[in-house]
Amino acid sequence: MTGVLPIALEDATKALQVFLHSGKEYVCLMQLHGDVPEEKIINILKEFTGEIYQKPPLRASVKREVRKRKIYNIEVLEIEDRKVLFKVSCQAGTYIRKLCFDIGEALKVGAHMKELRRIRTGPFTENEKNYTLHQVFEAAMEYKNFGNEEKLRKVIRPIEECFEYIPKIYIKDSAVDAICHGAYLTIPGIAKLDSNIQPKQMVAIFTLKNEAVALGNALLSTEQILELNKGLAVEIKRVIMRPGTYPKLWKSK
Amino acid sequence: MDIPPWMVKREIIIREDCETDFNYGCPPENRSIQDYINFGAINLDKPPGPSSHEVAAWVKKILNVKRAGHGGTLEA
Repeated sequence: MTGVLPIALEDATKALQVFLHSGKEYVCLMQLHGDVPEEKIINILKEFTGEIYQKPPLRASVKREVRKRKIYNIEVLEIEDRKVLFKVSCQAGTYIRKLCFDIGEALKVGAHMKELRRIRTGPFTENEKNYTLHQVFEAAMEYKNFGNEEKLRKVIRPIEECFEYIPKIYIKDSAVDAICHGAYLTIPGIAKLDSNIQPKQMVAIFTLKNEAVALGNALLSTEQILELNKGLAVEIKRVIMRPGTYPKLWKSK
Repeated sequence: MDIPPWMVKREIIIREDCETDFNYGCPPENRSIQDYINFGAINLDKPPGPSSHEVAAWVKKILNVKRAGHGGTLEA
């Protein structure tokens, strides 16, 4: 299988968990095991959009129990004999191999996944910023041999870009170091924040210079944070910034 | 019908107008190359054949870094 695979380096590996929860898009080639009229294939695929129930396949890294997954969209690209090429956008944790199998059952002829290419995971898509191993190698050599950073700075993206679709809370300079030491974020430390944050939702804590500080779970909604003057706002789950980057302005007890 | 996370629109709401001191920290695009690598991620186009894990190991070697991890297995 090919396609978009985020690779995080050094401290950025702490941010990898965001991709476990990120929405995905794939182009899939499905092989049917019998002849089915085109119209029927298209209709059945439509039925597989919305909420579906899926039991993870035998070779899966999660517990094998039926779970609900959202299929945002399925678009048929091409049908040729028993081969169906389609694009699917889905929630994290959807097994496309299983989806093909289940579509095959619904069509009563059986089917399997023949080829799969991931074209999106969260903010990383198959665009001009999607690089091959060869291009990474070239950029690394230019830097190593000639000290030329230009290509490397294109191939590598700041970790902050991984959080594009995660709601953000921007904090005051004075709150940064405490967060780097794992303290809960309190409301007075907040300068600005995204709309529509809900309690329990994963949020990214950013500085006012747009640097990632940490990932956490919101304890309050955007509205509650704006209404209240004190109290805990975010439980910190993963610290990304190194302590000492910002001055320590908090008092220890 | 649910919309995918990448189509959700958000806006930033200001709670308190604050300044940031440029003596500390650094906007991502101004980082030194070393910090840029330390806090960097690659949107890699995985080739067919090797596992996601092998690909991450290659990147680690190519860039001569201590740690490189992938976000979500794409089966070989």
